[in-house]
Amino acid sequence: MKLPAALRLSPEWTPYVLLSPFVVLFAVFGIFPLVFSLYLAFQSWEPTSGLGAMEFVGLGNYAFALQDEWFWKSLKNTAWLALASGVPQHLVAIPLAVFIHTSFKKLRNGAVGAYFMPYITSTVAIAILFSSLFSTDYGLINVGISLLSKVPVLGWLMPANPVDWLNEPDNIKPAIAMIVFWRYVGFNVVLYLAALQTIPADIYEAATMDGAGRLQQFFHITLPSLKPMIFFGVTLSVIGGLQLFEEPFILTGGRGGTDQSGMTTAIYLYRMAFDFNDFGAASAMSWLLFILVAALTWVTNRAFAPRKGSA
Amino acid sequence: MNSDRLAPWAAYSVVGVGALIMLAPFYFMFVFATHSRTEIFSLPPPLFFGDDFFNNLKILTERMPFWRNLGWSLYVALASTALTLLFCSMGGYAFALFDFKFKNAFFGLVLGTMLLPSFMNMIPTFMIMDALGWIDQPKALYIPGAASAFGIFLMRQFVASSIPKDLVEAARMDGCSELGIYARIVLPLLKPALGTLGLITFIASWNNFIGPLIVMRSPEMYTLPLALRSLQSPVNTEWGALMTGSAIATLPLVVLFVLSSRQLISGLTAGAVK
Repeated sequence: MKLPAALRLSPEWTPYVLLSPFVVLFAVFGIFPLVFSLYLAFQSWEPTSGLGAMEFVGLGNYAFALQDEWFWKSLKNTAWLALASGVPQHLVAIPLAVFIHTSFKKLRNGAVGAYFMPYITSTVAIAILFSSLFSTDYGLINVGISLLSKVPVLGWLMPANPVDWLNEPDNIKPAIAMIVFWRYVGFNVVLYLAALQTIPADIYEAATMDGAGRLQQFFHITLPSLKPMIFFGVTLSVIGGLQLFEEPFILTGGRGGTDQSGMTTAIYLYRMAFDFNDFGAASAMSWLLFILVAALTWVTNRAFAPRKGSA
Repeated sequence: MNSDRLAPWAAYSVVGVGALIMLAPFYFMFVFATHSRTEIFSLPPPLFFGDDFFNNLKILTERMPFWRNLGWSLYVALASTALTLLFCSMGGYAFALFDFKFKNAFFGLVLGTMLLPSFMNMIPTFMIMDALGWIDQPKALYIPGAASAFGIFLMRQFVASSIPKDLVEAARMDGCSELGIYARIVLPLLKPALGTLGLITFIASWNNFIGPLIVMRSPEMYTLPLALRSLQSPVNTEWGALMTGSAIATLPLVVLFVLSSRQLISGLTAGAVK
């Protein structure tokens, strides 16, 4: 059955019809929240008093955030975690990718899969599991450490007493960083494998002819060729690290840990809104953190302008 | 000569030991799921499967509406996958094969939001949902999620690279209606991309924690991750039951991943690698 020509959708109008459901949702749930959050950041408002009770406070919320000790502490925690979980991922992912690239054929997908699997599993389930593994008494990680401390030489490096991972302010951040490392290292292995495939094989052949050893080839061919991907990957890790929320949230029971030592900025702004009911200050904090993330992205993009379009 | 023979074996062992370390937490999650709390925290800790699985499950179902929570997780993940596939395939097709006003500017805007940190929307989304009366309603999770910038991006790339404009033009000449072209020509050709996006959307929704944390307030409406975290308390956490719940939340993902790891990995890194 054919519709009369007047009722049929013309090619001119088709894209608008096709896009309309997406555009409506995108406007309401993608763009409007941002605009609203920008507005909210200049208001003082308590959720209990209704939407009409907003009061314009200018930059008051920003001033409050910048004078807030906990906000600065959360920024320091976040930066520490982003670096301590981000940088080692790459130091490990690069050699792993090189090993898989050069020596794995049949088992390649299996090896990549094993490293990638943590990336697709539930952060909450993982964080819950790790909070049991990190238990002070009888937690598997401390049991492992006490076994290793009986080994000569290696034992000297191991702490004598069980480590209180989750309650001791100095230990909670390394514990979080370990989980984040474990979760994302496989993602980076995949990035580097993709980059390794683009290095032409004849460069290595020529280097071998010239008598360059494996290590020399790694430092003079592989590493320089991977440079753009290293910067791109490190940027992704740092940006992702600055948004860290779920792992520390679960490990610290949603509060940020002893002395707020596991409290990231994302957790703090969540608490500012939902525990302390200050939605205006929380919005201002989210914009401050956003500016930090955007600035870092911009700086790295500028430094690697030729690879435009890769994000 | 010797070092050439040695090198692959060194590579095998480093990669192999690393892979075991990566997989060990999963192994212990499933092992602990079959042990009681006292067994998990005894010396030596359990290294192999025990027989407390059903006991743990019983504790779990007594402490929270576990099956209900599991059901909501599944329902939200399926609804969100269906809506995302529909809206993103339509939008991706429009972006790839049509010309219209402000197309590039709008696509740029969509891509820009892809880089937006997730914490930005946390507070306003709560307020919007509150104003709409959607607190504690599953649609608060799957409807906003359907406007996926990543989905639009993935679909547009796929349409642009695998559906020739001539094919669409020819169908139009033959008198096929515009929506007919989408439904009968574009959609069938999009199958591989729909599979990838479907898997990614399902997994993201299944794992979603921040979304339900903001909008789901009563325990009967919790999705699985939220329900599991509510079982955690400073004292007397039922670790055995919690591990059973975590293992049940993880198992479907492990199965999906084993069945489709190549497709999933290339889809999830599509934005980064291309």
